[in-house]
Amino acid sequence: MIPPIAKILARHLLKGPHTMKDAPRPDPNGVEELAEALGRRARARLGRSLSIREVDAGSCNGCELEIHAVNHPIYDLERFGIRFVASPRHADVLLVTGPVTRNMEEALRRTVEATPEPRWIVAMGDCGKDGGCFAGSYAVVGGVSDVVPVDLHIPGCPPSPRQILAGLLALLETVDQK
Amino acid sequence: MGDITLLEFLSLGRRVEGHRPWPRFALDLRGWRQLIDHLRVAEWSVMAEWAERSEIHVALRDEASGDIAVASHRCDDRRFLALGNVRPGVIRIERAIHDVWGLTPVGLEDRRHWLDHGRWPSRMPLAAQPMAPSAEPDRYPFLQAVGDGLHQIPVGPVHAGVIEPGHFRFHCQGEAVVRLEQRLGYQHKGIEGLLQGAPLDKAARIVARVSGDSTVAYSLAFARAVEAATGCEVPARAHWLRGVMAEMERVANHVFDIGAVCNDAAFAVMLSHMGVLREKVLRANDVLFGHRLNMDRIVPGGVSLDLSDEGVEALKHLLYGFGKLLEQGYQLYENTPSLSDRTVSTGIVQTSLIHRFGAGGFVGRASGRGHDARETPSYPPYDKLDMTVPVLTEGDVNARVLVRFAEAKESLHLINRMLHEMPEGAVRVPLPEVAGEGMGVAESFRGEVVVWLRLGADHVVERCHPHDPSWFQWPLLEAAIEGNIVADFPLCNKSFNCSYSGHDL
Repeated sequence: MIPPIAKILARHLLKGPHTMKDAPRPDPNGVEELAEALGRRARARLGRSLSIREVDAGSCNGCELEIHAVNHPIYDLERFGIRFVASPRHADVLLVTGPVTRNMEEALRRTVEATPEPRWIVAMGDCGKDGGCFAGSYAVVGGVSDVVPVDLHIPGCPPSPRQILAGLLALLETVDQK
Repeated sequence: MGDITLLEFLSLGRRVEGHRPWPRFALDLRGWRQLIDHLRVAEWSVMAEWAERSEIHVALRDEASGDIAVASHRCDDRRFLALGNVRPGVIRIERAIHDVWGLTPVGLEDRRHWLDHGRWPSRMPLAAQPMAPSAEPDRYPFLQAVGDGLHQIPVGPVHAGVIEPGHFRFHCQGEAVVRLEQRLGYQHKGIEGLLQGAPLDKAARIVARVSGDSTVAYSLAFARAVEAATGCEVPARAHWLRGVMAEMERVANHVFDIGAVCNDAAFAVMLSHMGVLREKVLRANDVLFGHRLNMDRIVPGGVSLDLSDEGVEALKHLLYGFGKLLEQGYQLYENTPSLSDRTVSTGIVQTSLIHRFGAGGFVGRASGRGHDARETPSYPPYDKLDMTVPVLTEGDVNARVLVRFAEAKESLHLINRMLHEMPEGAVRVPLPEVAGEGMGVAESFRGEVVVWLRLGADHVVERCHPHDPSWFQWPLLEAAIEGNIVADFPLCNKSFNCSYSGHDL
């Protein structure tokens, strides 16, 4: 019997990866162009190694779901050398989600301190901007910028993978201007 | 004692008017004490427990008859007899009630703070008289394990990869975990406080974001609670559209988690395969309902938009190819011995523990407890559909993965049935302008979500409590990991995939 993994691998070899086949409908802001531009800029600035540490400072987990999607074969962020890492000590960028809860405030500060310079902080989602629908609660400080300096906001509830890609491009432009 | 049914027992208390669709009874101190005595022996499971400023409520289900009722107890002296000694699943809930509402659970041995990390502007913030924060720095006394060669591994709250924050304290002897203790609450956003006095649309938005991966289930439970409280009759087509959304959510979460469990066993190809499947569902959601996770699509009174005929055809097309790809993933899982080596007999949860804690969802179903809110108490459209609930008894990581495969397959089948049998008509009706109390139940991919609320006549939420199934599952993860090696913790954790946000509120 041919093992199932051999079948899956053979099919991908013959049909090509999902990344090409399932790319979204072509439009000027399509993910291909966006992702290509993102790749070029990332290389120009930081070689092929932009490392992101994700920090959930109190989100509902919706943003995390879409971050996972960016890592999947269809969007495949890693083909451009941008990857998610497990430790802030390995990271260039902190991608922070959620309204910052009071119980996470210190952990967020400490994570930022543990990230070597130069570092950039991206606040993701409507909650990350100003606390979103959780603003005003006794347990919430507010947006990410109320706790640590933020270089860029990625709007959306939650932002789609395409918006996340667009946001990271905007970050690189911000970085270039600095 | 013993043979009395839940409703017979509660009818000794005073029935509270205006609570729908299940009755609510007010118990005095004697009645509450008797309730605890009955809970020692009776097969009544706790669905949720929540508090108000000077009242404690518990939703119960009689497992024999399926009857549901809420028992309430006024405690003007701000103390109540704890249920945690007879129902260990609610210990953390009662600790959280003390932290937030200031009601003291009498008789509970574990009195450590749970949600309160000593960082809020006041202690007991939702009590009638909140207290000033303590000047002492926050110290959490973790339980100890004593013996030769033991060491501790503290992990978190910022831990692992793209994941919510939580702290895990391992006591280990060499590789083997002797004791794991969780400390959660980092995601506490004060949701119950925000919901008090919120207008209905704002409250619906917040409840939809209690746990982002179960947003459809939360919206559904909230909408059903509001509709019960106001006596609103939802059009038939809305029920079926809700069912389609709920099953899409279940499939998306199950396939992704299956991939993630395999990834934690260093089998990354499965994560890629399942990630592609998940994306197919999310894109279909986007095309059909205009949001990838279907957030805010289920609203009190119906659904916010209809499904077009072209949408139905597109969905049928997706389902055909999807089923085949899911089957390929299943074959790959079943026929990879190196993967089975990691998942079989890892992280076992005993059936007796599952029953004691009343755990539902795939965690319960993988250990022999087949409860599913779609069957009991059931709600439209599931009351018109035949469905099978897969139940296994091994209770290990493998069983939880297999239950998820089976559930995903069943969901595809259900979506297909719903598309074929969906009635025509309106999808939303205005809510009657009446006050009332209501309870809504919906089966999320994790298990049963319960929402209870009291609504004023001006449609302002006076009190609302969303209950996540993770409350009864998190403590079991501590039991599951015992005796396993540290390297298997990610596998166990992901195979549970409890919600941090839903649990922390």
